[in-house]
Amino acid sequence: MEPDLWALYRWMFRSRLFEETVHGLWDEGLISGEMHLGTGEEAIDAGVVAQLKEGDAMALDHRGTPALLMRGVDPRRLLAEFLGRPDGLCSGMGGHMHLFSQEHLAASSGIVGASGPAAAGFALAAQYLRPLGVAVAFFGEGAANQGMLLEAMNLAVAWQLPALFVCKDNQWSITTPSASVTGGELTERARAFGMPAAEVEGSDVEAVWWAAQEAIERARRGGGPTFLRARCLHLDGHFLGDRMLRAARHPLKEMAPLLGPLLRSIARREGGPWRARVKSLGTLLARPSQVRQAESASGRDPVAQARRKLLADRVRLLALEDEVEWEIQQVVCDVLAA
Amino acid sequence: MRQMSFGEAIEDVLAQSMAEDPRIIILGEDVRLMRRNLYVRFGGARVRDTPISEAAFVGAALAAAMAGLRPIVEVMLVDFIGVAMDALLNHAAKLEAFSGGTWRAPLVIRTACGGGYGDGGQHEQCLWGWLAHIPGLAVVVPSTPADAGGLMLSALQHGGPVIYLEHKLLSGEWLEFLGAGGRKTVRFDVPQEGARGPVPRSWSPVPFGRAAVRRPGGDLTIVSLAVGVHRSLEAAAVLQDRGISTEVLDLRTVWPVDKQRACEAANKTSHLLVVDEDYEAFGLSGELAATLLEAGIQAKYARVCTQDTIPYSRQEEDRTLPNVDRIVDAALRLLG
Repeated sequence: MEPDLWALYRWMFRSRLFEETVHGLWDEGLISGEMHLGTGEEAIDAGVVAQLKEGDAMALDHRGTPALLMRGVDPRRLLAEFLGRPDGLCSGMGGHMHLFSQEHLAASSGIVGASGPAAAGFALAAQYLRPLGVAVAFFGEGAANQGMLLEAMNLAVAWQLPALFVCKDNQWSITTPSASVTGGELTERARAFGMPAAEVEGSDVEAVWWAAQEAIERARRGGGPTFLRARCLHLDGHFLGDRMLRAARHPLKEMAPLLGPLLRSIARREGGPWRARVKSLGTLLARPSQVRQAESASGRDPVAQARRKLLADRVRLLALEDEVEWEIQQVVCDVLAA
Repeated sequence: MRQMSFGEAIEDVLAQSMAEDPRIIILGEDVRLMRRNLYVRFGGARVRDTPISEAAFVGAALAAAMAGLRPIVEVMLVDFIGVAMDALLNHAAKLEAFSGGTWRAPLVIRTACGGGYGDGGQHEQCLWGWLAHIPGLAVVVPSTPADAGGLMLSALQHGGPVIYLEHKLLSGEWLEFLGAGGRKTVRFDVPQEGARGPVPRSWSPVPFGRAAVRRPGGDLTIVSLAVGVHRSLEAAAVLQDRGISTEVLDLRTVWPVDKQRACEAANKTSHLLVVDEDYEAFGLSGELAATLLEAGIQAKYARVCTQDTIPYSRQEEDRTLPNVDRIVDAALRLLG
């Protein structure tokens, strides 16, 4: 088997369009709460989900929309769920952080790291009930510091579970740089549990596809779990309305209301040594520019990257995009009209 | 009197206390951003970002408190406390008893709670009854800026583990971070008197276990806390139009709970309505009923609580959480 870039691009482009629509509805106030988009992660989702078969399971984090769309969940039911409607995927009860589809053996959690134990359990059930079945855990590098995830990785090795631990490494633990709160090296850490661990550029869908194929085939053959670390970008920040991203994009407007209290506070007589104060202010003010730098690495947008490879056949590409745009427009019309 | 928001009042007390006592440190996820004013004033050694490792950093904060620091550990949302529960249930809560009363850990666990902004059932729980169920943990839930500051001061002086809950509808910073995200297109039913109000010129501790009468009345007593107090005050105004005089008592702390004032208030009106945003079963509302029974007080009793998992859907969520209509209906039925 080889990756079908056209099919993968269709998935990624469709997911991107869907989430851009969600972004617009969130802006309009029709979607509530912490809306975490998967924009920037599409190649990781596509490369991994493309390996899954009937009976395979997915344990998702708070950013599960792309994987669910690619797995075949009806976009209408997803959108209706985000709008909190009774015709939603979870009857409007779960919302975008808590998406479940028993039919697809897919379960989400808003608790960071919870996908680790879930995937281990799905894989355990597969060992008994679904020979050749596998389970995938999707999580971020921030979750890789959560005990339950590390415990699940150990369990998966000890029991040789058919699991794939997919670390979507976007370098940010909520709004804290992960490097500042992480010891050692995550890939080495996974290897230390006794499982194969691979690194892949998460914006390159074909690279992810190959890495995921190797890991999942091994799991199906009884070769146990694998850790796959895929670097990616957070195109829409931690969640929509992410203050860091707003500050990076509109520094004057967004920083102005924060600066007054900051400067008043830093100037107070009692407090830390002045050097420490200045250092803190510098660290804080540098965070938005760290976001900006990451953003400017636009060559790492996975959708744009795959598109560039397909541009040679422009006619086919535009036809595909028209078709997907039409579908998403129909989805939005159907859901909003219902 | 000064005017402050709920969050400003907490920050003012923290700044004053941190300036006075170098043993106070703040740690938690994203605290350098969320507590940025304290971070730039006191430096990185006093305000530390943690990895997303609640079990480790809450347990570590406890032991640091045992060894002489006075940490304020932030568990972003109380829903996430499940991950760190062992540190609280089996360690923080047990230390004083296990050490024969000789070793106490001055630890404040600060965490946001409550719903009303559409974040779903894993991010909007209250859980104060569940936490107060465990002997050894103090649990405080302020409803006004003045109490937010005064109870934080008490929490810092308490000497043992205190869980300090701040309702997100009262805390503008949390509501902006989690609910609005810079949008002008969303509105939340924020109780204005709870979100911003007068605070004393100089802070003094609000003692644990002392409820406050927010509105005097003679026909019906409502006992509540946090946002529930403000919803109850709104309901009391509606009931007043029907000629019903309602007393509203704000518990302010769940453990210790002010049994004496709750009993006195129930005794006075013979009608007790508990408004509790936490889950109904096996919690604060039942504890108050048991308190009346134990004291031999004859009163008619009802409660308006959260009975089920909080739905994501905004309309369903508003129906699930205690709201003014539910409180008025329950009061009218109680008074029969």
